[in-house]
Amino acid sequence: MWKTVLRRLLIMIPQLIVLSIIVFILAKMMPGDPFTGLINPNTDPKEIARLRQAAGLNDPIWVQYFRWVGNLFHGDLGTSYVQHVSVTSLIADRAVNTFWLSLLTVVITYALAIPMGITAGRREGHWQGTLIQIFNYITFAIPGFVVYILGIWLFGYTLGWFPISGSVSGSASGFFPVIWSRFYHMLLPAILAAVISTTGTVQYLRIGILDNRVEDYVRTARSKGVPEKVVFNKHILRNSLLPIAAFFGNTITGLLSGSVIIETVFNYPGMGQLFMDSISQRDYTTLTALILLYGILTLIGNLLSDIIMSIVDPRIRIQ
Amino acid sequence: MEKQSDLLLDIQHLHTAYRLQGKFYDAADDVNLTLKRDEILAIVGESGCGKSTIASSIIGLYDHQNTKVTGDILYNELNLVGLNESLFNKIRGDKIGMIFQDPLASLNPLMRVGDQVAETLYYHTDMDEKARKARVIELFNQVGMPNPEEMYMMYPHELSGGLRQRVVIAMAIACKPEIIIADEPTTALDVTIQAQILDLLQDIQKQSHSGIVLITHDLGVVAETADEVAVMYAGQIVEKSDVKTIFEHPLHPYTRSLLNSMPQNEGDSDEELLVIHGTVPSLKNMPRTGDRFAARIPWIPASAHEENPQVHEVEPGHWVRCTCWKSFHFEDQPAPQEVNSVSGE
Repeated sequence: MWKTVLRRLLIMIPQLIVLSIIVFILAKMMPGDPFTGLINPNTDPKEIARLRQAAGLNDPIWVQYFRWVGNLFHGDLGTSYVQHVSVTSLIADRAVNTFWLSLLTVVITYALAIPMGITAGRREGHWQGTLIQIFNYITFAIPGFVVYILGIWLFGYTLGWFPISGSVSGSASGFFPVIWSRFYHMLLPAILAAVISTTGTVQYLRIGILDNRVEDYVRTARSKGVPEKVVFNKHILRNSLLPIAAFFGNTITGLLSGSVIIETVFNYPGMGQLFMDSISQRDYTTLTALILLYGILTLIGNLLSDIIMSIVDPRIRIQ
Repeated sequence: MEKQSDLLLDIQHLHTAYRLQGKFYDAADDVNLTLKRDEILAIVGESGCGKSTIASSIIGLYDHQNTKVTGDILYNELNLVGLNESLFNKIRGDKIGMIFQDPLASLNPLMRVGDQVAETLYYHTDMDEKARKARVIELFNQVGMPNPEEMYMMYPHELSGGLRQRVVIAMAIACKPEIIIADEPTTALDVTIQAQILDLLQDIQKQSHSGIVLITHDLGVVAETADEVAVMYAGQIVEKSDVKTIFEHPLHPYTRSLLNSMPQNEGDSDEELLVIHGTVPSLKNMPRTGDRFAARIPWIPASAHEENPQVHEVEPGHWVRCTCWKSFHFEDQPAPQEVNSVSGE
């Protein structure tokens, strides 16, 4: 088990190196440099050249790359030339918000998708199964931002059940009121994001149940006189949950890319919103750091998937 | 003479029909069989002849929505046909054990093999966890698995095909069932392992005095292990007798063709094997009147067949369907002169 984890961690090293090179090249390919837009037309070109020299932008590209990577190891992601603060602290504040929103979204997603998938699998061909299938097609087909805007309009604006923007109410004070306010602000985006991200999990689970319930080992279990309820929970369901575990990394990645839209729509101060802002403000250092971070998080998501798989499926451990 | 209690299974007029596009078609058509204690009853026939259908009908494992089972399957006066599921679950695994064809597919890939065997005990005995584990290890010993304690903790993919089948057998015999149904237990195994598994089944039977229903298409397996043989063709039993009679004095054209299509001398590569031309008609296209085998022996005149072939007891304990056997000869052989000659070869 630990061997598998260690091996997977080792495989991540070349992946990270490649990722950092790609991100660095992309950053270099973006038009302009950190001083573009900061400099007014009256600035002496010699002064610009001096600044460029001081920032090391005239060094050979690999020197710049290794300096950048070296700084990364010290937790230094550079300075935002727009906000004039260190990117590390800028992201750190936002990352916490995104982490909690994503966690809540994952929890709600599985809380919805697993019962739905089980019902869809068990009641295939009945109205319950059909209903879930229809629901799945609709939520899969509608783009996230449409759902979010409709949700804000209906539940936030018209019904007034939820706050429609921000991460915490300004009037909240004290430890628990603030926690509650943060939770309350996350609830609507998390529920809406969860509803539209159930599709994959529901379908994998449904197909898994349909496939597994005709497997020979299920017949074997029945031939032992195991009651049908136990046959389902212990034999069919457990085997059908395997693809969900494999799909977990994908779910994480989906949440991260989804956060860009949801945080922008809900004006929620997380990494996704920061990402959008840094694009529109041409905040290259922040953008580069975020792309790198998203890449790393994706790799970690896949690693988590593999670890979970190796825990639940004994056949994985052997390899 | 047999005592009444020796009769384990009495199958009378069993019809098992599957629903295909809204209509039911008999895959097992009027099957009559008995299984006695200490007996191995082999059901032989080619793919699609209905042998596995009989197995699943006995143990009640079929798609209840798309399968219709009628007739009687009596186990100790209890009719298993239409028995409610919770009662049936008390019998399955406890009184009737089942061994399947593909041992890898038959085992849950996520469960330790020991736990899978222990699961049977959990539902049919009041042993505690420790006792169950001890019993499983005892069973693993009985089915000839090396290092039973170690084997208990293994997952199916870690075992060889032969060991997996031993696990499946251990599972089937865990509660010392009176009836064991073995559905092609050696088909997925290689030849050396096949012999070991068959020996094991015979040993188990001798020890436990159970009755075994052995379903196979392999006549070699039948000759080696069976006491009684039922030959099936297209959902019907065409010949039924003790194993010696089946091999020495086969009567039904299908049985005779089947035996002639079996290699006799292993070393003789020039030996020409009989090929039974044609195929078994599909369930939907099965003729429901007349002799179902007639189409595959076209050189036998239609008048030789019964219009609605019945099973006749030609000698005590030897049953043959239709009367066409009396005038049957292989295509390249002359027609028998005497209608009564039983052993025409």
